[in-house]
Amino acid sequence: MSKLILNRRGLLKTGAAVGAGMAMPTILTAASDGGYTNAPTGSTVTLGFNVPQSGPYADEGADELRAYLLAVKHLNGEGDGGMMNTFSSKELKGNGILGRKVEYVTGDTQTKSDAARASAQSMIQKDGAVMITGGSSSGVAIAVQGLCQEAGIIFMAGLTHSNDTTGKDKKANGFRHFFNGYMSAAALAPVLADRYGTDRKAYHLTADYTWGWTQQASMAAATEAKGWETVANVLTPLTTTDFSSYIAPVINSGADVLVLNHYGGNMINSLTSAVQFGLKDKMVNNKNFEIIVPLYSRLMAKGAGENVKGIFGSTNWHWSLQDEGSKAFVQSFGQEYGFPPSQAAHTVYCQTLLYADACERAGTHNPCGVGEALEGFKFSGLGNGDVEYRAEDHQCFKDVLVVKGKENPTSEFDLLEVVEVTPRAQVEYDPENEFFAGGSLGTCNPGA
Amino acid sequence: MTLMRDRTLLIIFTLFVLAAPLIFAPTGAAYPDLLQRFAIYGIFAIGFNILFGLTGYLSFGHAAFLGVGSYSAVWMFKLLSMNILPALLLSVVMAGIFALLIGYISLRRSGIYFSILTLALAQMSYVLAYSVLTPLTNGETGLQLRLDDPRILDAAGPEGFLPSTNLFGLEMKEVFWNPTVFGYDLQFNWGYYVSAVMLILSFWISIRIFRSPFGLMLRAIKTNQTRLNYTGVNSRPYTLAAFVISGMFAGLAGGLLASMDPLAGAERMQWTVGGEVVLMVVLGGMGTLIGPVLGAIFIKYFENIFSKINEVVLQGWFSFLPDWLSNFLVTIVSPFVGRGWGLTLGALFMIVVIFLPGGLVDGARRIMRKITGADRRAAKARNE
Amino acid sequence: MDAILLQILNGIDKGSAYALIALGLTLIFGTLGVVNFTHGALFMIGAFVAVTVGKVLDISKITIDPSRVDFLGNPAKIRTPYVTEWFGDFGLWLIEWSVLVSVVVAIPVMILIGIIMERGLIRHFYSRPHADQILVTFGLAIVLQNIIKAIFGANPIPQSAPDLLQGSVDFGVWVGMAENAVVYPLWRLVYFVFSMVLIGGVFAFLRFTTFGMVVRAGMADRETVGLLGINIDRRFTIMFGVAAAVAGLAGVMYTPISPPNYPMGMDFLVLSFVVVVVGGMGSLPGAVLAGFLLGIIESFASMPLIKDSIAAIGLPSIDQIIIYLVAVIVLLVRPRGLMGKAGMMEE
Repeated sequence: MSKLILNRRGLLKTGAAVGAGMAMPTILTAASDGGYTNAPTGSTVTLGFNVPQSGPYADEGADELRAYLLAVKHLNGEGDGGMMNTFSSKELKGNGILGRKVEYVTGDTQTKSDAARASAQSMIQKDGAVMITGGSSSGVAIAVQGLCQEAGIIFMAGLTHSNDTTGKDKKANGFRHFFNGYMSAAALAPVLADRYGTDRKAYHLTADYTWGWTQQASMAAATEAKGWETVANVLTPLTTTDFSSYIAPVINSGADVLVLNHYGGNMINSLTSAVQFGLKDKMVNNKNFEIIVPLYSRLMAKGAGENVKGIFGSTNWHWSLQDEGSKAFVQSFGQEYGFPPSQAAHTVYCQTLLYADACERAGTHNPCGVGEALEGFKFSGLGNGDVEYRAEDHQCFKDVLVVKGKENPTSEFDLLEVVEVTPRAQVEYDPENEFFAGGSLGTCNPGA
Repeated sequence: MTLMRDRTLLIIFTLFVLAAPLIFAPTGAAYPDLLQRFAIYGIFAIGFNILFGLTGYLSFGHAAFLGVGSYSAVWMFKLLSMNILPALLLSVVMAGIFALLIGYISLRRSGIYFSILTLALAQMSYVLAYSVLTPLTNGETGLQLRLDDPRILDAAGPEGFLPSTNLFGLEMKEVFWNPTVFGYDLQFNWGYYVSAVMLILSFWISIRIFRSPFGLMLRAIKTNQTRLNYTGVNSRPYTLAAFVISGMFAGLAGGLLASMDPLAGAERMQWTVGGEVVLMVVLGGMGTLIGPVLGAIFIKYFENIFSKINEVVLQGWFSFLPDWLSNFLVTIVSPFVGRGWGLTLGALFMIVVIFLPGGLVDGARRIMRKITGADRRAAKARNE
Repeated sequence: MDAILLQILNGIDKGSAYALIALGLTLIFGTLGVVNFTHGALFMIGAFVAVTVGKVLDISKITIDPSRVDFLGNPAKIRTPYVTEWFGDFGLWLIEWSVLVSVVVAIPVMILIGIIMERGLIRHFYSRPHADQILVTFGLAIVLQNIIKAIFGANPIPQSAPDLLQGSVDFGVWVGMAENAVVYPLWRLVYFVFSMVLIGGVFAFLRFTTFGMVVRAGMADRETVGLLGINIDRRFTIMFGVAAAVAGLAGVMYTPISPPNYPMGMDFLVLSFVVVVVGGMGSLPGAVLAGFLLGIIESFASMPLIKDSIAAIGLPSIDQIIIYLVAVIVLLVRPRGLMGKAGMMEE
């Protein structure tokens, strides 16, 4: 169990007003004061960090929370400043946001849309949060994004990988830094074709819900474009814990690649089963049998242990990157907590800085002003090279990492190695692409 | 006598519910979303109590009706109108039909066989709603309003904005009065008052059912079904009626949830939600009138307020103490709040079940008796 | 043919876990008449006994190696587990076979946990309604889960089987089929054999020992046995410990199959209750039979062939709901499950 290691004095300052959480009057100001919901009037501004603290993704949520606290510290001018020093935009001065000290409230999404929305509502209605961020699954992110649009609050999505978040469920008040299923597939396919050849037969196991379907469709389309054949796509129930009965038929199906469109516990269990059935050492069609996990995270890799060795996947960011931004972030996070950050931590840290920076540039917390400042914003120095927040769908476009489970890890964190950095141009797509069409941003909503 | 007591109870209850934004202000729970949840889950629990509290049939499947209610309501918002009245009507009707179906199957068995049947049927609904029925439920993401929904009865609103749910123009999310009383910033909100009126109505219906011959029959089923059957009474129509009524309450609650916040997710149908309503009823006091509402408030308060107490908040509380003591207290307390809220809830729940078999209402009664000395007087009366 | 054999193997493998948990539940129910919703949590705790043993064996001496650096650029720390330092090769062997070490550790630990639970909590609920028993044990399950989460976090923690038992074997050749037709993971076969031994052991214990005979007599008629001057309560307490140990061992051995995390018990709890009810409340053979039956049916339902043919007639994929569907059908056709007794848990 990891404990948040925090400077107590710093906390006291930050905590004074937040501490009122339970027993004191709400600090909500009349919504109409600044012409938008929860316009800050005093010397502080409150952000809402809504992450899973119970349920299967609680560890990911804990890591996100660590990164948020680090970002708050840096914004308030404490600590070493982290990626604020490498960020291409120099608006942030370490004096909070627009001169207001940053405070925060936290909540538990339980990885359920209902609980997540309840938690976000309390941040908006009770704590006066002017921005909500977080989420560790797409269903929750989309649900909270919808709520923020209604309430007139900016939503900075955390870890959400479904195409829909910035596809058919995109919202004017919502922004996503994390990459998506389509980009994973687009980044992976060329590398896979390069390593495993273009004459491959792929068998897909897919988690039977929205994210799984979009991920599978993206992967199938991208690999088929490289000449692969999709032999079968079998949907697995979300609640499956033992995948043996889905893995067994793969063996004699004639396929020579297994694609696991699973995430979290599903992925850990299906990969473990696949390796137990000896698929990794098998020869089919005179080729080595290969397993692919389109979306990787280090925490998942840790859960799957030895089984990830040599298995390809994609990830948004990895701590071993050697650019200035990544190095500064890893240094800062590592000093604070004693281990390197996960990709979830990285994306939420970036989102917090990006929000703060957009407020500075817009000169307001008004969601419409902030949104305008973020739309089309180009930046670098946050660990992913040159990045752009596309105006049409509020999706960040950046390089995607293709990674592989490391054969000889040197430490418990050293589980993945970056095989290739697929440049941004290769993963870009038209906003009206078949996987993303059907939604509309709507109009930015400042609330009251 | 009973009539008088019931009337007093109903009046006190009504005053309490109407004044809730003021009453809950010192507890930090007086914001519209949570107050709405108190009222809505109160309705859910009141309905469940009609089945569980009166007949003793323990259903783990009532979450399914909550979900059906929510889905029906959101579909009405999408297709017909943002007015919540037709949505609520459809929610209740659909949940009723669904309950009739599930009840008809499950009530062929009793005891734990009944419980497992309801559990199995509800889990099936959840799993299907999450995946296969996605065209109807929008699966993982949940059913949401979209800009291009038809809404045939409504006039077109401003371009690019979703319309709000309303009751003949009163917007559910609108705070219509925002005074400051005793330093507390109070928010009086239409959504809450609509839920509150529904809660009071449900409470009144529940009193009527408890006191009716039908309620008496349900209690007879709980006490000894076999004997009842020997006397020539076929008990199943009664239990089925109770099942359907409680399902309709759940549907109303689901419809209200969607009216306050137009989203319906599959998780609402999961058996753990059905388990939660059991916890509410038992915590509050099963078979009592007011207990289920108290239980609902208790659990929702924990889920929403305790889960938000993080280390920083604790530091704030204990900041008046010397450093070492406050650090020590934060270390001791923090595993039980914030991300540990589930631990505290589970432990408190156990304590209530162990020491207060009648729930919170039972506890309150015992305290009252201690204070008024009713015990002693009763004992004295017996002795004389 | 090979596909069918594979799914039968998968089925009995899944069924082993179901049967073990259901067996323990039924033991508790049959002896003490208590519906134990903590049973899934006991399975989970068994798994975390294995995690703990793994962690204890891994407690290491830390030496600084200045020639290498860690991710922050500080000198790297080299960890040497104390057991290898103290016992050399035997230490390495212990780490490698930590699952079996865990089995040995888990037996007394789980029996102790079971006895403490029974004496400390369950005992006070014998005279209370079944609903109260369900609720208090459910509350305990939530508490246990949250304690494990507070200690070990929420991420699954992988445990590996000993090298010797890792990988897969060509099962088809053993039964006279073509090579590479039926390749099956070795550890899953071990799991099946282990559970058969355990189930057999419990049955033999009840059947052939005096202790077991008394317990069975007590299950049939508790009062009379009590009147004969036999202290049936103490024996029932021990049986609770045994049931906890069965669940715990099932959990320990399951860790190499699926990395344990704290909610795993709840997943199994619902399923195993369905199993118990399908088997019939209070029937030990019923529980085992239903466990294997549902495991096999579930495996078959997930075969692509069956999924496709069901999709072809326009029905949704059935593997999602098959267990519940079977439970509903069995209960409607056979009111007390496959082998249940009349009057049990029907009030």
